[in-house]
Amino acid sequence: MHIEINVLLFELALTFYFLATIAGIIEIFRGRKTTSGLALYLAVTGFLFHTANIISRYVEGGHIPVTNMHEATSFFSWCVLILFFFYEFRYKPGLLSSFIMPIVFILMFSSSIFPREIKTLSPALQSYWFGIHVILAFLGDAAFAMACGIGIMYLLQERYVKSKHLSGLFRKLPSLQVLDEINYHLITLGFPLLTFAMITGVIWANSAWGTYWRWDPKEVWSLITWLIYALVLHLRLAVGWRGRKAAILSIIGFIVVIFAFFGVTLILKGRHAFM
Amino acid sequence: MNILVVGLNHKTATVEIREKIAFDGPKLGEAVNILKDSPGIKENIILSTCNRVEIYAGVNSSDSGTENIKNFIAGFHNVPREALDKALYIYEGQKAIKHVFRVASSLDSMMVGEPQILGQLKDAYDFALKSKSTGVYLNKLMKKAVSVAKRIRTETKIAENAVSISFAAVELAKKIFEDLSTKSFMLIGAGEMAELAAKNLINNGVRDVFITNRTYSRAEELAGEFDGKAIPFDDFVGKLLHTDIVICSTGAPDYILRKEQLHRIMKERKQRPMFIIDISVPRNIDPEINDLDNVYLYDVDDLKGIINTNIEERGREAAKAEKIVDVEVASFLKWQDSLAAVPAIIALRGKAEAIRKEELEKTLRKISPLEEEKIKAIEYLSASIVNKLIHAPTAALKTAEDDQDVMVDMAKRLFDLEPEENNGEKK
Repeated sequence: MHIEINVLLFELALTFYFLATIAGIIEIFRGRKTTSGLALYLAVTGFLFHTANIISRYVEGGHIPVTNMHEATSFFSWCVLILFFFYEFRYKPGLLSSFIMPIVFILMFSSSIFPREIKTLSPALQSYWFGIHVILAFLGDAAFAMACGIGIMYLLQERYVKSKHLSGLFRKLPSLQVLDEINYHLITLGFPLLTFAMITGVIWANSAWGTYWRWDPKEVWSLITWLIYALVLHLRLAVGWRGRKAAILSIIGFIVVIFAFFGVTLILKGRHAFM
Repeated sequence: MNILVVGLNHKTATVEIREKIAFDGPKLGEAVNILKDSPGIKENIILSTCNRVEIYAGVNSSDSGTENIKNFIAGFHNVPREALDKALYIYEGQKAIKHVFRVASSLDSMMVGEPQILGQLKDAYDFALKSKSTGVYLNKLMKKAVSVAKRIRTETKIAENAVSISFAAVELAKKIFEDLSTKSFMLIGAGEMAELAAKNLINNGVRDVFITNRTYSRAEELAGEFDGKAIPFDDFVGKLLHTDIVICSTGAPDYILRKEQLHRIMKERKQRPMFIIDISVPRNIDPEINDLDNVYLYDVDDLKGIINTNIEERGREAAKAEKIVDVEVASFLKWQDSLAAVPAIIALRGKAEAIRKEELEKTLRKISPLEEEKIKAIEYLSASIVNKLIHAPTAALKTAEDDQDVMVDMAKRLFDLEPEENNGEKK
């Protein structure tokens, strides 16, 4: 019974994210200067179903539902949405939903492909470190996902201003400064989250397996991700790599995050492999 | 009643004539009152701006009304009629309504989409209202004109994008920096266009203003004007370290800022973005500077290109606006028709005929069967009573001149006539 409600809630969330994505894309091509906000309403509706889905799985499984690829990817997109709403309400940057909702939808769609059974967590992993570790890790990844979307927006807007063709999205996209600010904000949010996720992971690993670090593929790739974003921050603060370069770096960074997320689990396997 | 427009604008009259016949200051009140008291002119509004002088009037006869108004303008301003006749345009009825709607929505302005005219029209109407020189027709016309203008502003992009160099510069600056109040600005050189753009940036709140000029005294002079800080010309490159927006307009024959110089400065600035506008001809800023990261260089041709695109876009939007105007004119005419006597007479006749038929049928049913001849006689009787009864009111409606609207309104109330349609508007 629970499973069926879960499935229904998930499908509803997926549908609304799809509609929000379409609305966001239409927004790009619409002639008007102001956005209608339809994509945002659809996203919020989807988010409510999504939240209900996650809570219901939490109740069923007794732990944060991130123990298989289906749950993990779904939780990932849920975290992206939380950050999306935060920045949408704080800065109200035009067209944000048009660039973030596709990312959310793609994550959610990949989630729908994976098997959906609820697993019980092996006793070795049952620890409050588990909850802290995964929430920090997923929020960190979500911040990097947002930074990537914002980076794409920056590159687009930068092209308009540089090339002096102020047509198309120029008037709807936020200013370069706002985009660069949000990008920086997201990296400075994501980096410490990732750092703490790794620290708690290490502590948890020690309590579960008795070793801090085992060069498991996920650990290696997390370290690579961490080094990349450390470099992004360093270049920005010390050398002044802001704007276009920062935007490109945050897109590259997210590609690595995605590989660490899907690639490591599906190709390399390891103790983080969810299945 | 006829709506009449007599006026001239920047297209039909030179500045000299426009100045001469402007109704400014106390002249406006005087003029409105004279027109109010002149025979045949029931309602009037005078719109007087630097680009147009127009009189909107509700008149009994368009021809004599036009003559009256022309003579009034000539007499009031003491200008010869011939000079006036050449510059004036006259619109009546549908064309007059259309003209007023086009003026209100700035389709008739020198720069299509400019926002001032609607305010000026509202002021002119307010003044006329206070002077009690308007009535049913012009009140409705003005209210409608304002709503048409607002509809056009929201439904088309007629007023959206910058169409002057200085506005384009500000628009761009805001898309690069968002908030100008934390940014500093430097004006290199002088010149009308550069100073206008500078003024616009300052009005938009830039924090620090630096002014430099080869002639230091000129820099000081402009610094006084803009509430900025004069800096010696030799120091300006160093000062760029703390400058976010630059407008350059000097008479130098060659580049005064080269790529290598700015490259160094950008490094020192930690790549904080710079927006540079080079208005000088020949150009004073090395165009290759635009290749530097986080530097956005626009020369005068770039800005003109943007403005031209925007003007073209306004032109396309204006076509949409004209369609809206046509629809609204049709709806206004419908309302106007409803005020005329004819529909009221038709409604009155229709109502009388309906009552007659209904009552006739009732009676005939009661007293039937009856011979054909008698039925005809009764029918004739009812018809002649009804006709005689409504003859007087219809004749009065037809012949009413001055107070026709009042009569129509009265007839509608007395005979409880259904309004055909509510002015073409939703209530």
